[in-house]
Amino acid sequence: MLVEALTLQLGYNATLVVIGATLLGMSAGVTGTFLFLRKRALVSDAISHATLPGIGLAFIVMVFLGGDGRSLPGLLAGSALTAGIGLLCVGWLTRYTRLSEDAAIGAVLSVFFGFGIVLLTVIQTLGAGRQAGLDSFLLGSTAGMLWSDAMVIAIGGTVTLTLVLLLHRPMTLVSFDPDYATARGLNVGRIDLAMMGLVMAVTVVGLKIVGLILIVAMLIIPAVAARFWTERADRVALLAGAVGGVSGYVGAALSASAPNLPTGPIIVLVTFAVFLVSLLGAPSRGVLAAVLRFRRYQRRVHLRQGLLALAQGQPIYEKLTLRLLRRAGLARADGVATEAGRARAAKALRDEKRWEIVRSDHAHEAAAQLYDGLRPIESILTQDQIRDIDRRIGRPREVPL
Amino acid sequence: MNGAEFVPLSLPPLLIGICAAVACALPGNFLLLRRQALIGDAISHVVLPGIVVAFLVTGAVSTWPMMLGAAGAALVAVALIELIRRLGRIEAGAAMGVIFTAMFAGGVLLLEQTDTSNVHLDVEHALYGNLESLIWLDATGWASLLDTAALAGLPPELLRMAITLLAVIIFTIVFWRPLKLTTFDEGFARTIGMPTGVLGLALVVTAAVAAVAAFDAVGSIIVIAMFICPPAAARLMTNRLERQVAWSVVFAVLSASLGYVLAGYGPLWFGRMDAVSAAGMIATVSGVILALAAVFGPCRTRSGAPSVV
Repeated sequence: MLVEALTLQLGYNATLVVIGATLLGMSAGVTGTFLFLRKRALVSDAISHATLPGIGLAFIVMVFLGGDGRSLPGLLAGSALTAGIGLLCVGWLTRYTRLSEDAAIGAVLSVFFGFGIVLLTVIQTLGAGRQAGLDSFLLGSTAGMLWSDAMVIAIGGTVTLTLVLLLHRPMTLVSFDPDYATARGLNVGRIDLAMMGLVMAVTVVGLKIVGLILIVAMLIIPAVAARFWTERADRVALLAGAVGGVSGYVGAALSASAPNLPTGPIIVLVTFAVFLVSLLGAPSRGVLAAVLRFRRYQRRVHLRQGLLALAQGQPIYEKLTLRLLRRAGLARADGVATEAGRARAAKALRDEKRWEIVRSDHAHEAAAQLYDGLRPIESILTQDQIRDIDRRIGRPREVPL
Repeated sequence: MNGAEFVPLSLPPLLIGICAAVACALPGNFLLLRRQALIGDAISHVVLPGIVVAFLVTGAVSTWPMMLGAAGAALVAVALIELIRRLGRIEAGAAMGVIFTAMFAGGVLLLEQTDTSNVHLDVEHALYGNLESLIWLDATGWASLLDTAALAGLPPELLRMAITLLAVIIFTIVFWRPLKLTTFDEGFARTIGMPTGVLGLALVVTAAVAAVAAFDAVGSIIVIAMFICPPAAARLMTNRLERQVAWSVVFAVLSASLGYVLAGYGPLWFGRMDAVSAAGMIATVSGVILALAAVFGPCRTRSGAPSVV
């Protein structure tokens, strides 16, 4: 079943959903990157919750105008309207009152959502059966997705992606250094608004598939996961788009392959799995890499301290140090240095003495800054400089046994 | 409105709503000042997987296991947020967004996977609560408040919520000075030997307990709204913490009672028969209060000085 779903052979509806989810994942990942880099990830939470009253209002308006009330473009237009109002409220509260942005986000999301629920209950009383399906926007519902719905998602996703491509340079600049952007003459407020407008567009487009509660995950998680793999903003955006697209594709296919697997949550959980893999396995920023780095550093410190102890004839009690020395063939099991160990120990002690001279001499101030107790002195100073220092130390003496 | 109708149908939900609002608003004051306001948002989202897991373990919709499950999920979420924030060096907001959405998605998936058709457990219930259904059938009028036999039939949520409120009030009073100090000057608090980390955790746990108890009765919309809106409105009214807390309690009570009344009786005034969602209305009223405070509050600007000198 899964293979068939992945190769789009599971029927018309499943194929529409998979394509829609892939497009949505890509545009959400790319757009969310700038939100994340701007450190305003949770604004998306306020935006997405603020869509609910718009859906209700649009439904009521369309019913009063004699329409069906459930046409997707109409509902999406309504949700975009209130999401925009919510966004402006967050901005207004943050700028003109002393409330911080997180408080403004929380206030807007809970109040708008609460009002949306009031509207939904109002709609329930308008007439029996007509409300059917509106609360599917909470968690998304792909069961009855139509060709026209898929087209709305495809067009919306493509337009958003294009706009992000056009705006990515100013948005990156504002994310990293808003002050510099201001100095360059960019209108930071307007670019922020554009960024949030794009987020709003993705949210509205994604309502049908993942619902307003989980769209936040599609915006935030791919960017956070992508950030582990690279240090360059444009690559983060590309990777986040890829992560979002693949997660949308795999998640939608998975959910189509078995009953009782709701599309939105599955997509989010697939994205989360990608995040977990990134958190643990990414090179340099990942947890595994950090642990390995720490172990390597620990070994170097122990080895160095062990050699210095050998050179000065002090006994070594630390088990890890002893084990490392023995494994390197520098000491025997009882802690006595081997021939090679004595040579390395003498070198270590001499290096330490050289460093001492370097650090007490103002002429070597720049080099002294680099002292961390581990760095080989040859990697900092030239042979001539070392010879000069050695002259000041004097002749090498026998290592005491 | 006579007692025979009001006491059994409206008094218990009204009291529960007020207790829940105040119990959330009190810790909300400190969370707001510590810029952790969205913890309430995160907690209320992860409550869903907590109760679903509790349901799967016990196989029944019983209150205590579910509250334990919800509280456990809240603590797990807080721990996970902190963990990935440190391990991955991710900004707190993004870490929160990653964890609570993933846990919420897990909860929805578990719910869909299990057969809950014969029990009252669904996402909508978790979001809106069922404040209106918490009625007191044994009551016949105001006299029932003195009748022990009738009092035994009070909805159990009322007692739970009252106890939670009491616990939150006691926590706030007992730890008032340390809480105030760590909120405003954590560095100083640490230098005089206060366990700031433990206090911060205790505050989050208190908030989680309040959220879980309130969630059981009124749904998570009220929880988020009451954590943030009354304290935020109160913050715009005064510069003193004591007065801010007092204002926030006033606003919470006002939102809960006004919201409940508007939801229950408002539609009647427009000639409609059916009530609208009380939870949603309470959140809406708290938003209106915040909006008024943001436009007219004496201490609304950042400098802290009253705008009219």
